Amino acid sequence: MKLLFERSCPGRGAALLPACDVPAAEFDAALLRDQAPRLPEISEIDLGRHYTELAKQTHGVNDGFYPLGSCTMKYNPRVNEEMAALPGFTQIHPLQPVETVQGCLEVIYESEQLLCEITGMDGMTFQPAAGAHGEYTGLLLIRKYHLSRGDTARTKIIVPDSAHGTNPASAAMAGFQVVSVPSNDQGGVDLDALRKAVGPDTAGLMLTNPNTVGLFDPNILEITKIIHDAGGLCYYDGANLNAIMGHARPGDMGFDCVHINLHKTFSTPHGGGGPGSGPVGCKSFLEAFLPSPRVKKNGETFSFGTPEQTMGQVRSFYGNFLVVVRALTYVLTLGKEGIPEASAGAVLNANYLMKKLVGAYDMSYDTQCMHEFVMTLQGLAHDTGVTAMDVAKRLLDFGIHPPTMYFPLIVHEALMVEPTETESPETLDEAAEVFLKILEEAKTDPESLHHAPHDCAIGRPDEVTAARAPVLRYSFGE
Amino acid sequence: MGSYIPATGEERQKMLEAVGLSSMDDLFSVVPEEVRVKSLNLPEGLSELEVGQKVSGLAAKNQQFRSIFRGAGAYRHYIPSIVKTVTSKEEFLTAYTPYQAEISQGVLQSIFEYQTQLCELTGMDVSNASVYDGATAAAEAVFMCQERKRTSVILSGAADPQTIAVVKTYCESRSVPVTVLPVDGCATDLEALKAALAKDTAAVYVQSPNYYGVIEDMDAVVAAAHEVGAKVIMGANPISLGLLKTPGEYGADIAVGEGQPLGMPLAFGGPYLGYMTCKKAMMRKLPGRIVGETTDDQGRRCFVLTLQAREQHIRREKASSNICSNEALCAMTASVYLAAMGPKGLRQVAESSAAHAHYLAGELAKLGFKVRSDKPFFHEFLTDSPVEPEALCAALAERGILGGLPVDGGILWCCTELNSKAEIDELVSILGEVCGK
Repeated sequence: MKLLFERSCPGRGAALLPACDVPAAEFDAALLRDQAPRLPEISEIDLGRHYTELAKQTHGVNDGFYPLGSCTMKYNPRVNEEMAALPGFTQIHPLQPVETVQGCLEVIYESEQLLCEITGMDGMTFQPAAGAHGEYTGLLLIRKYHLSRGDTARTKIIVPDSAHGTNPASAAMAGFQVVSVPSNDQGGVDLDALRKAVGPDTAGLMLTNPNTVGLFDPNILEITKIIHDAGGLCYYDGANLNAIMGHARPGDMGFDCVHINLHKTFSTPHGGGGPGSGPVGCKSFLEAFLPSPRVKKNGETFSFGTPEQTMGQVRSFYGNFLVVVRALTYVLTLGKEGIPEASAGAVLNANYLMKKLVGAYDMSYDTQCMHEFVMTLQGLAHDTGVTAMDVAKRLLDFGIHPPTMYFPLIVHEALMVEPTETESPETLDEAAEVFLKILEEAKTDPESLHHAPHDCAIGRPDEVTAARAPVLRYSFGE
Repeated sequence: MGSYIPATGEERQKMLEAVGLSSMDDLFSVVPEEVRVKSLNLPEGLSELEVGQKVSGLAAKNQQFRSIFRGAGAYRHYIPSIVKTVTSKEEFLTAYTPYQAEISQGVLQSIFEYQTQLCELTGMDVSNASVYDGATAAAEAVFMCQERKRTSVILSGAADPQTIAVVKTYCESRSVPVTVLPVDGCATDLEALKAALAKDTAAVYVQSPNYYGVIEDMDAVVAAAHEVGAKVIMGANPISLGLLKTPGEYGADIAVGEGQPLGMPLAFGGPYLGYMTCKKAMMRKLPGRIVGETTDDQGRRCFVLTLQAREQHIRREKASSNICSNEALCAMTASVYLAAMGPKGLRQVAESSAAHAHYLAGELAKLGFKVRSDKPFFHEFLTDSPVEPEALCAALAERGILGGLPVDGGILWCCTELNSKAEIDELVSILGEVCGK
């Protein structure tokens, strides 16, 4: 379809602004740009249709089942959107006097209380704008902690080989060296390997539990003890919190700090890749290092404060505030009983779907799962030539967003399936039928699957050429 | 209690039976007893009606100003109706990152269009799909310039203080030496810059218009930095680029900034949008997602996430950044805003903002609010205050007006196209009363 620029016609546009009612400001010509930017000139109706057409070529949670492992694509409640659109939030300048923003501060303070209770932490910052940003902030907490004790030798962060790619990348950004530890045959942390990896240079461990193969590590208390005994701290990657919230808390498992993804577990929309929000919680002994500013409550009023040994700021202002409004609305809606019910529903849905597929598809670990499960299509690929990619692409024809592919790296031909609690049993039944149908196709007509999808707006894109000869902007026919 | 789980109790029981379990509790049997939560100390859940009342009540505790003369990193502009209409579409709102190109052409094309618009606006060759905000964009840009023998970075002291703070946080953890230049009459001290530049200088970051609204002498900055082989990162308010000379025209290597003025509300500081564009030579060092054009298996034009070899999910600890989720919907907001405005509309916003600011500066001068710099400014300026700044702003707040920000003993004022002459005249008249004139 046409680009905005290809719809442009000189002279078109809408009358959005009145004529200026004061004299123009005079600038030296040397300060002005030579040519106007080639922005499209487009009528409002054409602009509206352009985006309506683009929307039709976009698959969101509201378009169909979205079992994208590790991403928790649950339903995004509409009331959250309505609350985030209240002018009493959207029209507030971030640098207004503190007595005029008491409602905003209460949103942050109350969210902190509720999310600390859910994670078992004592304090929290909302400045990080996404999960990876939260990881970075959590690692800076660990760094600051060791340095504050004069312990400069702790330069290494231990990351299991099953971890999300952001973990090692965040550790590197925070100035640490990354030590990878292998997983055991249950997909959990190999305790012997962990014991060998720790030492006086261990700053900490980054771990998600349940891990990236969807299993809760039963050795979790031993794992965090090994790290603590070696003088390190334990960081919880909250990517998989939707499996356990209300049933187990990172703070009780021995973790010292966590980040959570409000755009996963707490139902705020992904927006095609953000805005997210990655608040970081910590135990009280780390609170002094949290980013500045923090919201404090004094009697009935709220104010900002600066933690004594703050790491500084990791973003401007207070983070993605409107995302926090949505998450608060969600937590208040679910409450004491709804929070554990949501995670139980997520685990039930995952086990139910897995049960429907096990036997037909090979599971990477043939045991009860948490909120997601990982299938390995290695056998299928060997027998039929049909890969995880082929199956994923064929799912598109049925209006199902594929599971996460080729992750975690420790499973070959992986498909990682996370149904979430907001899907009905019928949706799961239908999805199971589609998965089984595709498996049948793999056996009878593998060739056709190599060319899937067949019914989407486009076929498989040429990603190699895209990367080798990058075209990253419209050229205006130049 | 609210719930978004479709399955009824009866259905859940059947599902449990299907997986061979007898109770919901069995789903968590693998979790060691020591860490099982008995009961959470959370309030009872609420119905939609109740939660709406509760959260609306929080919003009502904030004071909304009918008139705002404060910027300092967050700007109130007119947002065309179509912007919110487009970005509220549920397909865009509820989609994940567009890894599956076949069902994500809408988001991918919109990012490609955003990238093109930002390149046009900044005069650069390449744009990424966005980062968190203007401050983290500057920090990521500093990392882009790191070379083996060039690591230190020089920051203009006249840049937004929050940007300086964030860059310092990022640099500290990677042991990147940072020098913050002194401010000379609301602008970067160019002599200090020349003195600080050295052969290990990786980059110089200068914001123009700067925190005080002053348009910096970027020609001098670029010449001095390039002479020693350092890169130039220019921060710029994107609205100003509807009118003012672009980072590309100045010869900067990277342009960054806060994209919030492009159609995003003030929203108490976020979500906002960090934009990053650069010269082609630095393309493979750009962090974050980038969309590229290609063709599908039938030769049709289409768009994909590309150059992923830079990114964390491929490179892990060797990635150019850890960024994963960015601000995609905010980038789309900016793109719709720029398309709705068009080149003339954007220029009108820039001119009108500057015109109102200059008109206000002239009126304020008559009351003794002296502008502290004689350098050209865009839509913000710092004045002395004949009355204690906080007291003055409190007096304005009582009348529903958010005055300029108290800064360095003076007041940092801002105008946009939304501050009409009538609004400015009212402000000036109240200030006259407060100052006893």
